[in-house]
Amino acid sequence: MISFLLIGPAVIYLFVWMLVPLAMTIYYSFRNYNLIRPTFTGWAGFANYAHVLADPDFLAAFINTLVLVAASLVLTIVLGLFFAVLYNNEHVFGRNILRTFAASPFFIMPVVTGLIWSNLMMNPSFGLLAALWRGLGLVPIDFLAHFPMPSLVGIVTWQWTPFAMLVLLASLSGVPEDLKEAAGLDGAGAWKTFRHIVLPQLARPLYAVVMLESIFFLVIFGQIYVTTSGGPGTATTNLPYYIYLQAFSAYDIGAASAGAIFAVILANIVAIFLVRMIYTNIQEEA
Amino acid sequence: MNKMSWPGKIGVNLLAWLVSVLMFFPIFWLILSSFKTNALAAAREPAFIFSPTLASYVNALIQSNYWHYALNSVYTAVGSTLFCVVLGVPAAYSMAFRRSKRTDFTLLWMLSTKMLPAVGILVPIYIVYKNLHLLDSALGLTFIYTAMNLPIVVWLLYTYFKDVPGEILEAAEIDGASLLDNIVRIVMPLALPGIVSTGLLAIVLAWNEAFWAINLTSIHGSTLSVFVSGFKSARGQFWANMSAASTLSVLPILIAGWFTQRQLVRGLTFGAVK
Repeated sequence: MISFLLIGPAVIYLFVWMLVPLAMTIYYSFRNYNLIRPTFTGWAGFANYAHVLADPDFLAAFINTLVLVAASLVLTIVLGLFFAVLYNNEHVFGRNILRTFAASPFFIMPVVTGLIWSNLMMNPSFGLLAALWRGLGLVPIDFLAHFPMPSLVGIVTWQWTPFAMLVLLASLSGVPEDLKEAAGLDGAGAWKTFRHIVLPQLARPLYAVVMLESIFFLVIFGQIYVTTSGGPGTATTNLPYYIYLQAFSAYDIGAASAGAIFAVILANIVAIFLVRMIYTNIQEEA
Repeated sequence: MNKMSWPGKIGVNLLAWLVSVLMFFPIFWLILSSFKTNALAAAREPAFIFSPTLASYVNALIQSNYWHYALNSVYTAVGSTLFCVVLGVPAAYSMAFRRSKRTDFTLLWMLSTKMLPAVGILVPIYIVYKNLHLLDSALGLTFIYTAMNLPIVVWLLYTYFKDVPGEILEAAEIDGASLLDNIVRIVMPLALPGIVSTGLLAIVLAWNEAFWAINLTSIHGSTLSVFVSGFKSARGQFWANMSAASTLSVLPILIAGWFTQRQLVRGLTFGAVK
């Protein structure tokens, strides 16, 4: 009873603010509901889902989401691992300060991140990269117009590599030093030691980072909103942005809700594995 | 100790410096641009050395509505964090010291709500807010930020509370301490550094939030995320103003972030990494 008084408020709060709205989204997804057609009501069956699935923009958004998540995952993890190993090296002078500077992009508001890159860096006339390109005797590129998705992946990678780096760095410092030493004495080179001693120790944290980042990357919004607004065309429209457009430009609440359910399903596929992993960790500690 | 040759040592040092400089450079460039004139900030030849001006800061702090948005940011970030602590401390206390069969399940369920994409609940929240007149209000944002950060706060507080030895609480109970005494007089002071850094992390996350701020507010309840995103179509114009407004919006949180790196990793990995 007392336990309920202690935990209850937090549980009820989350229930009211997360699960009730989720149930409402499911409900709306089966309703005819359009803010600019007030007489269009009643049950829709699977019509909203059919509508969304038949919409080429939705398919584009779905694929864009997968591309954005997958490409950013690969880049942040490869770079994050490289940075982590680098800053874990005890011969690096002032590595804590250097690491802090390298971690900084993660604390910048996504909206400001978008502004820095789309304006100060990537603007084809006044941007720093344009100046660099001219300096090299090349014609400046309008990155966001001609390579929208790779540019967005680059921006997300800049912001999120620090996350992978910090998580892996915390795990790296847990690799026993004598294990590495023993490998060194046995004649293993730096690469072999890394490949056979360090990397296996990082298997679990790497697995965790993949899933956590997948969940965070599925909901990227701020960077897209200020850089490309989902364009050109639908080139950088991901699921959150598509649903935002359906709800607030097309006012189609039913279709927006059906689209949202797809986003939830996508996240759940990852979440199942993540929850299982967290559960094992809690069990091992208890 | 790993043996490393001299060229190797110089090599890793150069590499480490290069990585740090490259990663930080866009932020440095933003700050530098904020001290330029609007014309110089968008000059075709990038200026590294120039006579700095505070004109853009004066513009941001006096002529624009910066303070309106900044106050909303403070209000929503601090307000939601206080709500999270008030709701989270008793919950984490119960999970750490009054474990039952359902504790792990509850904790796991809370963390799993963090994996629900925000867009999955956007439409109902928008419609309910419209009916409750919570649209475009800082209070409405505060409520949703509380829900957004509560799982992380409970989880982090739980890990900190677990480090408080249970014997102290048992001894206090024998001396007649009430549950409230235990929480307020014993656990909270002992776990104070943990509570403070958890709160700091919650502030950082709420401050930087963009999705809800952009979708639920337009003017009255808008935070700095919305203010700054107003510069999104500044193609070469007002770049110094944009940079100053951005710098003012990110600098306090960047510094807070530097001090919460560890909590951040702990909090955002939900216990998936030990």
